[in-house]
Amino acid sequence: MNTPPNLILLFVILFNFFILGTSRLNTCIRSVALQGALLSLLPLFLHTLTFHTYLLAVGAFVLKGLLMPWLLFRAIRQVKIRREVEPRIGYIPTLLLGALTTAGAFIFGDRLPLLPEHLHSLFIPAALSTLAAGFLMLITRRKAIAQVLGYLMFENGIFIFGTLLAETMPFLVEMGVLLDMLVAIFVMGIVMHHINREFSTLNTEQLSLLRE
Amino acid sequence: MLLYAVIFLPFAAAALAAVLPSDRLRPWLIPITALLHFALVLGITATAAPAVNPNSLLGLDALGRFILFVVSLLYAACSFYALGYFRYHADWENRIFITALLAFLGAMTIAAASRHLGLLWVAVEATTLVSAPMIYYNRNRFSIEATWKYLLLCSVGIALAMLGILFVAYAGLHGGGEQELLLDQMLASASLYSKPWLRAGFVFLLVGFGTKMGLAPLHTWKPDAYGEAPGLVGGLLAGGLTSVAFLAILRAVQIMIAAGEQVLVRQMLLALGVLSLIFAAVFVIRQRDIKRMLAYSSVEHMGILVIGVAVGGLATYGAMFHVLNNALTKGVLFMTAGNIHRHYGSKRMCETQGALSVLPYSASLFLAGFLAITGSPPFAPFMSEFTILRGMFAGGHLVLGALFIGLLVVIFIGMGGTVLPVTMGPHLEETEDEASDYRETLLTIGSPLFLLAAVLCLGIYLPEPLKIMFSEAAKLVEVTP
Amino acid sequence: MIIRLLLHFLLLAGLSPLLIGVITRTKAIIAGRQGAPLWQPYRDLRRLFGKDMVLSSTTTWVFRAGPVVGIAVPLIAALLIPFGAVGAPLSFSGDLVLFVYLFGLARFFTVLAALDTGSSFEGMGAAREATFSCLAEPTLFVAFIVLARISGSFTLDTMFKTLLANNLQTVYGVSLVLTAICLFIILLAENSRIPFDDPNTHLELTMIHEVMVLDHSGPDFGLILYGAAMKLMVMGTLVVNFIMPPSTGDLFVDAAFYTAALLALAVGIGLVESGMARLRLLKVPQLLIGTSLLSFFALVLLLR
Repeated sequence: MNTPPNLILLFVILFNFFILGTSRLNTCIRSVALQGALLSLLPLFLHTLTFHTYLLAVGAFVLKGLLMPWLLFRAIRQVKIRREVEPRIGYIPTLLLGALTTAGAFIFGDRLPLLPEHLHSLFIPAALSTLAAGFLMLITRRKAIAQVLGYLMFENGIFIFGTLLAETMPFLVEMGVLLDMLVAIFVMGIVMHHINREFSTLNTEQLSLLRE
Repeated sequence: MLLYAVIFLPFAAAALAAVLPSDRLRPWLIPITALLHFALVLGITATAAPAVNPNSLLGLDALGRFILFVVSLLYAACSFYALGYFRYHADWENRIFITALLAFLGAMTIAAASRHLGLLWVAVEATTLVSAPMIYYNRNRFSIEATWKYLLLCSVGIALAMLGILFVAYAGLHGGGEQELLLDQMLASASLYSKPWLRAGFVFLLVGFGTKMGLAPLHTWKPDAYGEAPGLVGGLLAGGLTSVAFLAILRAVQIMIAAGEQVLVRQMLLALGVLSLIFAAVFVIRQRDIKRMLAYSSVEHMGILVIGVAVGGLATYGAMFHVLNNALTKGVLFMTAGNIHRHYGSKRMCETQGALSVLPYSASLFLAGFLAITGSPPFAPFMSEFTILRGMFAGGHLVLGALFIGLLVVIFIGMGGTVLPVTMGPHLEETEDEASDYRETLLTIGSPLFLLAAVLCLGIYLPEPLKIMFSEAAKLVEVTP
Repeated sequence: MIIRLLLHFLLLAGLSPLLIGVITRTKAIIAGRQGAPLWQPYRDLRRLFGKDMVLSSTTTWVFRAGPVVGIAVPLIAALLIPFGAVGAPLSFSGDLVLFVYLFGLARFFTVLAALDTGSSFEGMGAAREATFSCLAEPTLFVAFIVLARISGSFTLDTMFKTLLANNLQTVYGVSLVLTAICLFIILLAENSRIPFDDPNTHLELTMIHEVMVLDHSGPDFGLILYGAAMKLMVMGTLVVNFIMPPSTGDLFVDAAFYTAALLALAVGIGLVESGMARLRLLKVPQLLIGTSLLSFFALVLLLR
C-alpha cells in the first residue's frame, strides 16, 4: 500500500477531486499537468529500468507535463478567459458524483479478476476513477477548454491502465499514442481559437446552431 | 515491399503539398497520388496473398486488402472531383486542406494494413485529426461547431477504444502470460484469455470504434460533420473512413470469435445495428437538409453492415459486398449534393427545389444515387442488401428480416420525400437571379458518373475476383459455427 | 487518577489562552511586526472578568446560558480524549459519539443565544454557523470511524493513542495521513480560523462566529473567549495526537512532549493563517464538502 506507485496514484485521485472542485482554469490546467507529470513517473517504478521505460517516462513527462499545459496556457491567453463561470452541474454536485464514482471504482476494481501482483494495488481504481472524473468534466463543463481538460484527464486514466501493460506495446506504438494526443490537443487549441473568433466566447452552449 | 510503397506514397505527397508554394499546382497532387495509390493497391490485390508475417506490425490479410481496395477506389474516383472543386475555389488557400486530404489517405492505408491493435488505434485516431481541418474548410459558424463536435466526440470515442484495447491486452496477460498486441498472436491464443476482461474490452472497442463508424446512438456528430463538410469530404468520410472504422470493429470481432465468444458479439452487433436503422428511419423523415439526410442514410448503412456480420453465413458475405457498394454510392451522393449545394448556395430543401432543370447531370445522378442507396434494383446495393436478407431468412431470423424490410421501406419513403422535391420539384424562379455562377464541368460530373456506372455494373454483373475477395474477407469474421 | 484529572484540567485551563497568544504572535512576526506578548490573552481575560456586564432588556436566560455551556462543553470533552500519552481520565466505549454531540450542544446554545438578542446580524451569523457546522460534522464522524476501524475500539482514549508512530509503515498509513489533514481543516473551520473566518475582522457581513457574540460583554464575553480557546485546544489535541510518540512512562515528561507539540501546532496554524486569504463565503461549503469527501475517501481506502 505504501509503495511509491500507490502513493503516486493516491495523489492522482486527490487531484481528480481538486480539479473537479476548482473553477479557475489556470489552476485546473496546472493540476492536470501535474497529474500527468506524476503519472509519467509510474513506469519507472513498475518495470525493469530499460531504455524503453526511460523513454516512455521522459516522453510522457515532456508531453503531459510540459507541452500540453504550454499549449493550453497559450490558448487561454489568446482567448482571455480565466474561469468556468457556471458549469451545467454545480461544483458540489460534481464533487459528490466524483466521490460516488471513485467509491464505485474501488468496489468494481476489486471484483475484476486481477493478476496476483495487481491485487490490492490502486491501479485499477485509480484508472477507473480518473476516467470517470474526466467524463464528468466533459459532461458538466460548458467552456471548451474545460472540456479539453476533461479529455486529458480521461487520457490520464487510460495511461494509468496502460502502464500495467507497457510490455505489450511496442515503443513505436506508445509514442504514436502520445503523439496523437499531442496533435489532438493542438488541433483542439486551434479550433478553440476559431470558436472564440466566430462566437466571441468559448461557451460551447453557443454551439447549438446545428440540431434537428 | 509494395505495401510500404502504398503507405509511404500518400505521406510523401502530403509533405510535398505542404511545401509546394503554388495554390494552382497543388490540387494536381491529389489525382496523381490517388491514381498511383490505386495502381499499387491493384498490384497488391492482383497477386496472391502472401502469408502474413505474424511478428510484423504491418501486413495485409484478406480483410485488410479488401478494405484498402474499397478506400483506394473511392479516393481515386473522388480525386478528379477534387480538381474541379479547387478550380471553383481557386482563390482559397488550400495548403492545409490538401495536405490533410493526402495524409487522410495515408492514415486510412495504415489502418487497413496494421496487424497490431495499438497501431490500428493510432491510425484511426490520426484519421480523426487530419479530417478535422477538412470539415472546417468553409470557415463559418456552422462548420466550426461541426468540427468541434466531431473532434471531441470522436476523440473521446477513440479514447474508449484505447481502453478496450488495454482491457483485451490485460485479458491476454491474465490468461496467456506476456504477449504483444499483434493480431496474429492474439488470434492464436485468444481461447486462453480471461473472459470478463475480454468481454469488457470488446464492449469498449465496439463503443469506441462504433462512435467513429457512426452507429446509433453514438452517431450524433455525423449529421453535423457531414452536413457542414464540403461534399467531397463528406463522401470520403461516409465511404472511406466508416469502412476503416468497420474494419477496426471487425478486428475486435475476429479476436472474440477466436476466443469463442460469438454470442456476445452477435447480440451487441445486432442491438447496435437495429438501433441504427431505427434512428435513421426516425430522423430521415422530413429531413429538410439534403446533406444531413445523407448522414442519416450513412447511419442506416452502418447498421446494415453490422447486422450482416451479426447474422453470419451468407449475410456476412453480403455485408462485405455492401461495404463496397455503400462506399461507391455515398461518393456519388455526396459529390452531387455538393454540386447542388454550390449552385443554390443552400442545402435546405425549400431553397433547392427543381435542381433537375438547372443542373441536369448532377440532379439526375443524385436521383439515381438515391435509388441506388435505398436498395432499388438493378443497382448493386440492392444485390448486397438482398444477400443479407437471404442470409437472415436462411438463418431463421424471420422477425429480424421483416423488421429490416420494414425499416428500409420507411427510410426509402423518408429519403424520397426530400430527394424528389429537390430534384424534380417546381423550379423556384427568384433563385435564378441570385444563383451562383457554378456550372457543371466534366470534372465535377465525371467522378460521380464513373462511380454510379460502377455501382450499376456491379449490380448487373459481379466479377469473379471480387466475389473471391468478399468471401475470403467474410470467412475471417464468420460468427456462426 | 486524581493526579491525571488535575493534570488534564490544569493543562487545559492554563495552556489554552497561550495557544491563541502563540498564533497571534506568529502571524505578527510573519507580517514583520513585533506583536503582542504571548500572555496577552490572559490579560484580556482578566480585564473582561473584572468588568461589568450590559444585558439587553429583550434577552432571557438563554442569552446567559450560551457562554456557560460554551465553556462547560470543552471542559467535559477534554476529559474524554488523551492529551498525547497522558491518558483520558474518563472513557467508555462509544464516547466518540458523546464527544461529537457535546460540541453540537455548545453550538446549539451559542446559536440560541445569538437568536435571543433579536438582532438580524446575529441571526445571520447563527444561520451561517449552523450551515457550516452541518457540513463539518460528517467529516468528524467519518474521521472517527476511520480511527475506530484502525484501532478496533470505540473509545477515544484507545483510538487516539500513538497513531502514526505505530501505523505509518502499515497499510493504514495513507488513510491516517488523510484523516489527520481532514481533522486539521475541521479544526480551522470549527474554530473560525482563516480561511473559513477571520477572528480579527469585525465586519458583520463577512463574519461567522464572531458576529454571534457581538452583544455579549464583560465576564460573559470572557467566558466565550476562554471557551473558544479551550475548544481550539481540544480540537488541536485531536490533530496533535496523530504525531505523538509512545508513552515514556513518566507522566510529566509525556505532558511536556504534548505541550511542545501543541505549541508547534499553534505556530502551524499561525503560518497557515499568514499564508492564506479568507475564502469567499460561497466557497466555504465547497471546501467543507471537499473535506468530507477526503475523509470518506480515507474510509474507502481502508475498507477495500
